[in-house]
Amino acid sequence: MIAQRIIFPLGVVLAIVVLGLIVGSIPALHGLFSVGLIYVAFAVFFFGFIAKVVNWAKSPVPFRIPTTAGQEFSLPWIKWSKIDNPSTTGGVILRMFFEVCLFRSLFRNMRTDLRSGWLIHSPTKWLWLLALGFHYSFLIIAIRHLRLFVQPVPGFVELLDKVDGMFQIGIPPIYLTDILILLCVTGLLLRRLFLPKVRFISLAADYFPLFLILGIVISGLLMRFVFRVDITAVKALANGIASFHPVVPEGIGAIFFVHVALVCALIAYFPFSKLMHMGGIFMSPTRNLANTTRMAYHENPWRKPPKFHSYEEYEDMYRDYMKEAGLPLERE
Amino acid sequence: MYDRGKVIAGLVIFAIIFLFPFIYNHGSASPQPKPSLDTPAIKALSQKKCVEDKQFMITTHMQFLNDWRDQALRDGNRWYVNKEGKKVWISLQNTCLKCHSNKKEFCDKCHNYAAVDPYCWDCHIDPNGSKL
Repeated sequence: MIAQRIIFPLGVVLAIVVLGLIVGSIPALHGLFSVGLIYVAFAVFFFGFIAKVVNWAKSPVPFRIPTTAGQEFSLPWIKWSKIDNPSTTGGVILRMFFEVCLFRSLFRNMRTDLRSGWLIHSPTKWLWLLALGFHYSFLIIAIRHLRLFVQPVPGFVELLDKVDGMFQIGIPPIYLTDILILLCVTGLLLRRLFLPKVRFISLAADYFPLFLILGIVISGLLMRFVFRVDITAVKALANGIASFHPVVPEGIGAIFFVHVALVCALIAYFPFSKLMHMGGIFMSPTRNLANTTRMAYHENPWRKPPKFHSYEEYEDMYRDYMKEAGLPLERE
Repeated sequence: MYDRGKVIAGLVIFAIIFLFPFIYNHGSASPQPKPSLDTPAIKALSQKKCVEDKQFMITTHMQFLNDWRDQALRDGNRWYVNKEGKKVWISLQNTCLKCHSNKKEFCDKCHNYAAVDPYCWDCHIDPNGSKL
């Protein structure tokens, strides 16, 4: 079980690292590997993401299935929890905001222990904290990378870069989000590895993205602080891709190709994996529907109007037989 | 497709965010800058070599200069011995900027391109006029 669920995804990630190192040492392959692979991975991500969302949108949601985390709207003297159990569009927007931006579902995480014969439920915020730190770091890191893709670099990217490196530790400065994402991904991985209940339900598809993201973070940090590469050459390559005039500058170190191989693997894998929760969170019927189950009429979308058979039609059908048997008729 | 309007609006927002770099560049690439070595001091050199080799200086000069600062100002050590065994006086103003006296065409070219804003000039001054 460990071999299938943990060793296998780790092996795949290491194979991608080795592939990056091999390609990095063969200059003839640089263009095909960096430019070609990035375009393919971007296209798979973009169209795969849209196809997945459209596919989801084709599934009918015939009635309201919100998971209720509070008292629904009922009688005026019963306290209604407006955000956790909304019955209006405004309430749903607020609930979605708290879900998407602050991970409210994870915040409600509880643990249950048996303590001296009592079953105790207590709040536990570790998962919420690590998830929040991880996702926001990832977002800021992704936005910071824009400086390599666009020219001139927009002000908000430069500002974010400055704020993120505000402690000016070392040169190039260490980013706060780099430390945070490293801590959070490691924490989330340790959670799956060492909590028996979580390990029991963790599959290869859970470990693979974690190993992959950890690999991306480590290769990026190594590129920034240890095996330095010519950043203007990297920008020329990235900017060329983002302006459809790809160029392959010489003299980019192998570590760059490791980083690119891992990132391409992640974004090409994205639409086929659990990572699609990025789009899926907006499509969750348990979150994005107002709880109006009894307040409004919800018609089943695939309901066909029933075929009625009126008494007139019935009589028309059996008139002769009915007449023969002497039954009363409405019309002769 | 159900809720067609909302789903398409969401996908359009996704597409705009994802395609932002492509839209923003609208097809015009910015080539890699070539920092200029055209200064009187460099021209006068018989052997055009920096303190260390070119590739090292391109990729690692920032860590190298940070090291120099720590050595000169914190350890009081003003001599650096390079890989060839040559002794160099540790000073940004008197060693680096003696040859690279063209901040605008040398330092700023790559730094602006990669959106890097080093804090060298918080203390040091540009030999050809102050930053203000």
